[in-house]
Amino acid sequence: MSDQIIKLTAAETAAKIASGELTAVEVTEAHLARIEAVDEKVHAFLHVDREGALAQARAVDVKRERGEKLGPLAGVPLALKDIFTTEGIPTTVGSKILEGWIPPYDATLTKRLKAADVVILGKTNMDEFAMGSSTENSAYGPTGNPWDLTRIPGGSGGGSSAALAAHMAPLAIGTDTGGSIRQPAAVTGTVGVKPTYGAVSRYGMVAFSSSLDQGGPCARTVLDAALLHEVIAGHDPMDSTSIDEPVPPVVEAARNGSVQGMRVGVVKQFRGEGYQAGVVQRFDESVELLKELGAEIVELDCPSFDLALSAYYLIAPSECSSNLARFDGLRYGARVGDDGTHSAEEVTSLTREAGFGDEVKRRIMLGTYALSSGYYDAYYGSAQKVRTLIKRDFDKAFEQVDVIVSPTTPTTAFPIGERADDPMAMYLADLCTIPTNLAGNAAMSLPCGLAPEDNLPVGLQIIAPVMKDDRLYKVGAAVEAAFVEKWGHPLLEEAPSL
Amino acid sequence: MTTTTDLVSYEDALASYDPVMGLEVHVELGTKTKMFCGCSTTLGAGPNTQTCPVCLGLPGALPVVNATGVESAIKIGLALNCEIAEWCRFARKNYFYPDMPKNFQTSQYDEPIAFNGYLDVQLEDGEVFRVEIERAHMEEDTGKSTHVGGATGRIHGASHSLLDYNRAGIPLIEIVTKPITGAGERAPEVARAYVRELRELIRALGVSEARMEMGQMRCDVNLSLMPKGADKFGTRSETKNVNSLRSVERAARFEIQRHAAVLSSGGTIVQETRHFHEDTGSTTSGRVKEEAEDYRYFPEPDLVPVAPAREWVEELRAGLPELPLVRRNRLREEWDVSATDMQAILNAGALDLIVATIDAGADAASARKWWMGELARSANESGTALDELAITPAQVARVTELVAKGDLNDKLARQVIEGVLAGEGTPDEVVEKRGLKVVSDEGALTAAVDEAIAGNPAVADKIRGGKVAAAGALVGAVMKATRGQADAARVKELILQKLGVEG
Amino acid sequence: MPGITREEVAHLARLARLELKPEELDHFAGQLDDIIGAVARVSEVADQDVPPTSHPLPLTNVMRADEVRPSLTPEQALSGAPAQEQQRFKVPQILGEE
Ligand SMILES: [Mg+2]
Ligand SMILES: [Zn+2]
Repeated sequence: MSDQIIKLTAAETAAKIASGELTAVEVTEAHLARIEAVDEKVHAFLHVDREGALAQARAVDVKRERGEKLGPLAGVPLALKDIFTTEGIPTTVGSKILEGWIPPYDATLTKRLKAADVVILGKTNMDEFAMGSSTENSAYGPTGNPWDLTRIPGGSGGGSSAALAAHMAPLAIGTDTGGSIRQPAAVTGTVGVKPTYGAVSRYGMVAFSSSLDQGGPCARTVLDAALLHEVIAGHDPMDSTSIDEPVPPVVEAARNGSVQGMRVGVVKQFRGEGYQAGVVQRFDESVELLKELGAEIVELDCPSFDLALSAYYLIAPSECSSNLARFDGLRYGARVGDDGTHSAEEVTSLTREAGFGDEVKRRIMLGTYALSSGYYDAYYGSAQKVRTLIKRDFDKAFEQVDVIVSPTTPTTAFPIGERADDPMAMYLADLCTIPTNLAGNAAMSLPCGLAPEDNLPVGLQIIAPVMKDDRLYKVGAAVEAAFVEKWGHPLLEEAPSL
Repeated sequence: MTTTTDLVSYEDALASYDPVMGLEVHVELGTKTKMFCGCSTTLGAGPNTQTCPVCLGLPGALPVVNATGVESAIKIGLALNCEIAEWCRFARKNYFYPDMPKNFQTSQYDEPIAFNGYLDVQLEDGEVFRVEIERAHMEEDTGKSTHVGGATGRIHGASHSLLDYNRAGIPLIEIVTKPITGAGERAPEVARAYVRELRELIRALGVSEARMEMGQMRCDVNLSLMPKGADKFGTRSETKNVNSLRSVERAARFEIQRHAAVLSSGGTIVQETRHFHEDTGSTTSGRVKEEAEDYRYFPEPDLVPVAPAREWVEELRAGLPELPLVRRNRLREEWDVSATDMQAILNAGALDLIVATIDAGADAASARKWWMGELARSANESGTALDELAITPAQVARVTELVAKGDLNDKLARQVIEGVLAGEGTPDEVVEKRGLKVVSDEGALTAAVDEAIAGNPAVADKIRGGKVAAAGALVGAVMKATRGQADAARVKELILQKLGVEG
Repeated sequence: MPGITREEVAHLARLARLELKPEELDHFAGQLDDIIGAVARVSEVADQDVPPTSHPLPLTNVMRADEVRPSLTPEQALSGAPAQEQQRFKVPQILGEE
């Protein structure tokens, strides 16, 4: 029974709880048992909130018994990336510098999940401060990819993607600054969406790069992602960069998947050197599939995309160097060197030195450099110009097409440790995802098969214009249905059992 | 702080050098809430009771701009004759400081909301000097640290510090002048007059009480000297956080003398921050920085641009109150007083009280007389500000009304005011309780006059003989007999009448 | 573009308040030099007449009314403090200017 519960989709689970076929407590217990059974191997969670999850599940069951109205995802368990604040529950952002910190407030997203009766199982592992593409930068140790535990589950949201792929939760939350939702989804055979910038509140989401960060839904199916998208999106007066417009009809789109008559763009800059053969093969097959399903394929040229990675590695570090200045050991989190011989200033330097990992230090220094007088114009200033050019390329592209598709990542999951000492190689994992973060529009990754050479999942990226997030779901649902029909089952069923 | 600084005399300094000043004034706005969060700004609350995730800089928290803060900034900009930006942004000024929770200050950098203005200031003798304004921009205040373990609560010698973030995030407007040149020996006076004028303007706009003694308004004095006839500015010093008008003037004066001493002995001025000491009137060097500050400004990505609609700006312009200098000149004319008298009224903080008293029905001369006389004395004695005395302009107006009607004479009026200040009630209640009415009963007065004439025949004869001035003695006798409650003018009239002399 | 020296890394570390160890200075100098060498490509567009984009969406004038909202309790505010005293955050001696 428990085994069947954890294989259900979020939509199915919600329906069974609403009808009384399952209780929320049963569902929660099944997932907690699964976590207990496999997370020692996977290490997806940094903190499991057993009591809180069960209490929330009981509340849902009581609500149902009383005949009160339930939210669309009432009683469905969720794995929350440890970057959103949770009142009374530790929030570490994968960093030693916040070890033991218990926030006195809930992020807006956390509040919305609770208000929708979603059951939060715990907080998931991530690259420290969301900086990384492998979850190896977590101060609390790496997470394994359920497809092959010696490989990375993607990053920074590897804990969330692994939790989904290992059936520890049907829903998860990620954040995407340069691909941290989509890239983990791609390498674990799951679905991840980076909504339009400003669609999901950033209040209470620990900032990495404010103008790029965006929270979003992660799931095993396109419909589940849409259901979660609808719960977490919407205007928030606490976030000045939040969009004050109705959420696009994502659930309706996911229920009515179709690409018939749509124009789908293929960008010539998203292939070539560095792309794994099997990834390119599965991508080309996806394009063929789209044609078969009635889409018109349009070749696009977006020359500025070649500069996207460079611009990203100036903008994101610049913003992070400032965002992370607040971690000074004085008001919260770790404090190192307060032994009566060091000044406040020295304690700050010692705390930051001990509390931050290498990648975080590297990016803080890179950003400090890019913003410093004499270099600002050449680096930060130029990067912002590149950003304008990338937006223009997207604008031009979306005059010709409804969505763009590409591989989500140039390669499948690489072995843990392989790129740990080569930051530049690591950065290449986000080659296809970064342009969207710079321009602020929406994108999704969903599975499009296994690479023949390593039998690991390949992700298909769909990119839509700003606030046309519904198109992702319309196209995604059609592609997903066609693939499942072709394979005879969802891709995840091919994953080895843990 | 025992190091003595070489100075040259002020006159000698000015004989060889021209001072150039730049004044940076920070004003804490009187908004109900902080600049980027909804925490209250009420003074005197317990430590860390007015903080939230935003103003504590907790991970994940985000700022949202206070609309009234922006409105106040625009009003200040307009009152300073500035252009108001059509589009501007906030920027982050990055530096580490324990008082500053995010370790960056949300401020404005190359896109201030107001720029290119001026403020006319009036010196003691009435001369008007125009100070050009570079910019006025929005930013936020820091928290407050208390240093524990040191002898004087200062940083030096402290064992540790305690931080209260109630003040962190309170809206600040920073107003920066262009270099002030051409003031010559009057530079320190110009500095003082500018800060005072700015304070009056801020108060008139109703955007802040601008109480310097409470840190609601603080001035940084930048000063440099150039040899007479030169046109290239010298190296400046920046004296931080000067907290009274008098100190602004003294700090500028001291720095002129110090710079002159250094320069005339062939030395060079180091660009540095300095601290002003109220007790000695001198400045001392701040901590020498190992490397130049690099604030790494960049546009605040958590906030969107502010683009004040022109209609809004014009609406605010139309709603500006009469500006202090204009108003002062108008009142000076209406009241017919000298520049010096007006200055005295300003210095006493009596202007608004006098105007309110006139508005409540008093004539201008009486209102001025009471506030600058009896009440100023009383405030002085009790060491309180005029506007903190326990009497309202309406009550003062009532006293003047009673005097005008002849119900009180000046002497009685002073007793009434004394009673009101002592908390005995309204002027009418004090009159009632103390029985202070002027004796206006003609019968009683006539009797008292007759008695006085009868009791002082020699004096009466002198008056009859034409020595009208001698009447004073008889008036005094009548006043004594009536315990001061007679109308002295009427008494004199009656005496002269009785003795058959024309007044 | 100039290479990043060990001294520059030390300077950056001071600005960023990171008490780097000597071996880290060398390690980061090499890596930062590589990264900056690669990303310096953006300066290809430096002389193009293109406006900068600091923010992905063209929003303006997002403001709130000047209305008081509840603050945290002082207990909540200080709940994460490594040290506290008299309802204030306790920190070591501050060397900076007053
Ligand atoms: Mg300032
Ligand atoms: Zn606050």
